[in-house]
Amino acid sequence: MTPIHDQTYRRYEGTKQPLGRRWAVIMQTGIRGMLARRAFVALLIVSWAPFIVRAVRLYLVTNFPQAASILPVNPQMFRDFLEQQGIPVFFVTIYTGAGAIANDRRANALQIYLSKPLMRIEYILGKLGTTVAYLLLVTIVPAFLLLLLQVLFSGSFEFLGHNLFLIPALTLASLLRVFVAAFTMLALSSLSKSSRYVAIMYAGAVFFTDALYGLLRIIVGSTRVAWVSITANIDQVTDGIFRLPLRYETPLLVSLLVLLGLVALSISVLERRVRGVEVVA
Amino acid sequence: MSDAAIVLDHVTVSYGKNRALRDVSASFPRGAVGLLGPNGAGKSTMLKSLLGFIPPTSGRLEVLGLDVARKPLDVRARLGYMPENDGHIPGMNAVTFVAYAGQLAGLPKADAMQRAHEVLFYVGLGEARYRNVETYSTGMKQRIKLAQALVHDPDLLFLDEPTNGMDPKGRDEMLELVRDIAHNKGINVILSSHLLPDVEYVCDYVVVLDKGAVATSGPIEALKGPAGRVYEVRVKGELAVFIAALEAAGFECHQTEEDVMRVFIRGERGAQGADQQRICEIAKEARVQVRHLRASLPTLEDVFTKAIGEE
Repeated sequence: MTPIHDQTYRRYEGTKQPLGRRWAVIMQTGIRGMLARRAFVALLIVSWAPFIVRAVRLYLVTNFPQAASILPVNPQMFRDFLEQQGIPVFFVTIYTGAGAIANDRRANALQIYLSKPLMRIEYILGKLGTTVAYLLLVTIVPAFLLLLLQVLFSGSFEFLGHNLFLIPALTLASLLRVFVAAFTMLALSSLSKSSRYVAIMYAGAVFFTDALYGLLRIIVGSTRVAWVSITANIDQVTDGIFRLPLRYETPLLVSLLVLLGLVALSISVLERRVRGVEVVA
Repeated sequence: MSDAAIVLDHVTVSYGKNRALRDVSASFPRGAVGLLGPNGAGKSTMLKSLLGFIPPTSGRLEVLGLDVARKPLDVRARLGYMPENDGHIPGMNAVTFVAYAGQLAGLPKADAMQRAHEVLFYVGLGEARYRNVETYSTGMKQRIKLAQALVHDPDLLFLDEPTNGMDPKGRDEMLELVRDIAHNKGINVILSSHLLPDVEYVCDYVVVLDKGAVATSGPIEALKGPAGRVYEVRVKGELAVFIAALEAAGFECHQTEEDVMRVFIRGERGAQGADQQRICEIAKEARVQVRHLRASLPTLEDVFTKAIGEE
């Protein structure tokens, strides 16, 4: 290659990458871009605080058996950990997802992206991938590390052997939480040109549905109406995955269908909104 | 497979009930082609259809021998697009943005970065390439749009109003760049503009659109017409009567946006000043005063005005 000081246009004689991999470029750029923000790195570090607390708990229980009666290590502990990570998931989703498409719409970047040889789905996957990667970093990664620490601290596979279902359970529960959050946020991001409005819409969706559930519960005197709350649905399905008693009277299948419906709606919104031009008929 | 850069075969593009392109059949040869037309003629719609942004209601589009409907990604891999309105990836400096655009177009990361630097120097942004794009002036944003369209070395470049918002010096530099790209770098160029001098300076061939249809097309020199003389005329008096008298004498008249007419006289030149004298005689017969009379040259504006009709 000639040096950069050759300041005139040259024809490119190298080999271009095959089609179908641009989503990885978008995802990697998004991940690197987030790591450049100090506030976000601080958020990630703080998100691992519950992991540290649980890790200490595991250490105490394995080295001081009397602690086991106060701080039992069981599937409930892992399930509670994932629920506790709901708060970091909320903030990481907003930080990584609110501006994902909104900022591109504001800067008219979609026409730049889609004029390149990439499909709309690659653009969506790339943007989704950035949020999903960081959400997995605060859910499934610390959850499996806890499981690994339990094995290391106890020096045996006994707990894991008796609770082998924890591996698929942690995976499914984490993915459920991650994908519901990521798809919902990305769909909202495609509806606006302001990341702030998107963050408010997302927070509104989460808190409003919770508040609505609270109000309906008082009115009907039952938790059968928990299906209106996004958070409650996630908790309900997670309880089912971990084979724990369901906390709401809403059927498990209903909660699952509501979440799948939310994801399907998000995909539908993304399909309509991610285009090279905004066509007004 | 056609030799033409672009082929449109009975293409109709509709936005609801509005037909932006009406059964258009046209062929854009390789080289530098101008796409002309007044606002709302369908120029941007045509470019966006060729990019695959807007699927046509009917018809077939072919770019560099590839069917746009069947191989949209292969088409876009060989295209570079400079959009009319502002567009950039937020939060990046120029070299990162252009390198990213190169990667999205398929360049390996190292090559994309190398070419980003080269292309930014080529378009005149070498010194400002580490600045955030959002801090750029209008002219610099135009240049960076060109850079991101060029970084992956396309075979065909779509330039939609490339001199939009630029000062005269910047506009001249942009036109020089585009001319260099089209004539010396072996890249086919489609220049969409409503600025006739820009198209005339850069392009050899022109397609004129009006109300969603092709009004005329062909090599610019051929469209300007056979040998003849052109005069700019401004008169005071009954204009309609004067125009009728000129046309009766076998002269062609076109009004321009300014208060000036362009009069075409075909055939061989006569004695020195004979044309001007004849125009003045006609003006006298029509009882109008000649306020301005000057020899001019046939331009693309004459082709354009003739093609779309005068208001």
